[in-house]
Amino acid sequence: MNASTLKHAFKSSLPVMFGYVPLGMAFGVLFQNLGFAWYYAAAMGIFVFAGAAQFMAVGLLAAHAGLLEVAIATLVLNSRHMFFGISLLKRYHAKGFKKLYMIFGLTDETYSLVTSARSTPGEDDQNYYAALTAMNHSYWVAGCTLGALLGAAVEFDARGMDFVLTALFMVLLIEQWKQIKNPVPFIIALACGLFSIWFFAEQMLLVAIGLSITVLFAAKSKIEVAK
Amino acid sequence: MTDISYLLGVIAVMTVATFATRLFPFVVLKGKGDHPTLDFLGRYMPPAVMTILVLYSLKSVELTSAPHGANELIALSITTAVHLWKRNSLLSIISGTIFYMTALQQGLFL
Repeated sequence: MNASTLKHAFKSSLPVMFGYVPLGMAFGVLFQNLGFAWYYAAAMGIFVFAGAAQFMAVGLLAAHAGLLEVAIATLVLNSRHMFFGISLLKRYHAKGFKKLYMIFGLTDETYSLVTSARSTPGEDDQNYYAALTAMNHSYWVAGCTLGALLGAAVEFDARGMDFVLTALFMVLLIEQWKQIKNPVPFIIALACGLFSIWFFAEQMLLVAIGLSITVLFAAKSKIEVAK
Repeated sequence: MTDISYLLGVIAVMTVATFATRLFPFVVLKGKGDHPTLDFLGRYMPPAVMTILVLYSLKSVELTSAPHGANELIALSITTAVHLWKRNSLLSIISGTIFYMTALQQGLFL
């Protein structure tokens, strides 16, 4: 992996740093309230590496939920990730450990950056994806660890900083628009997303993505004619 | 079961369950990336997912009480406008977020 790939990945992943560090810290603060040592928060960031699931874990740990319940809740909450892989089968063609690591670190934010990447001449895209994954992973672990170490001593007013992820998704949405130049998938997703927020607030992501894929297929002939 | 072994159990179970959901399609659909259906999804899922992620990250905005989502709407407009103007991702993201943090913390629209 060369320096320019690392630099490129660092630049693209910066917004995720501003999102993951405070979010990870919020998790760390909640987690240390349960009375566990800080390094367990770090371990969760390293091994689980899933934002929503880790926040859910705080509640499950407090309630002393059974391991089977933990497994099912995690599978349900993260099942949207199954859809991510479907659209990356061709894009992720690295081999061995590198590919496994890229799949392990496939968060919403990593998926967004990877699918919006434009190829740069002379750059190995697999290395670029792996570097993105590792950087996002390290921001998350740093956030979880800091939050658990500092605990309630955190004084910085970070209210509103989570907007950085909304803004990141918005920018990547515009980039997708510039690439696709076809309004149909956006309109379908907008309608499915609003419908899902209205009727399925908690499981909104999974329902919206599943529904969008179904409607995309139903409109397949129209979409492909329009392109 | 002690608290620590319970915690380690939870971490192990969550690690496996999370990785399993991410790995699943790569195992089940191994070598099928060129199939027209999957190629279609590979092209049109990312724009759909990005639209949904924007909505998802805004799902807890209170539209029925003041400021009726004004902070979010203005911040998103700033990010969009700056991005269409300069096409510099970091600049677009930071300008919208700084506005949002200021508006929220100073209560500009309360």
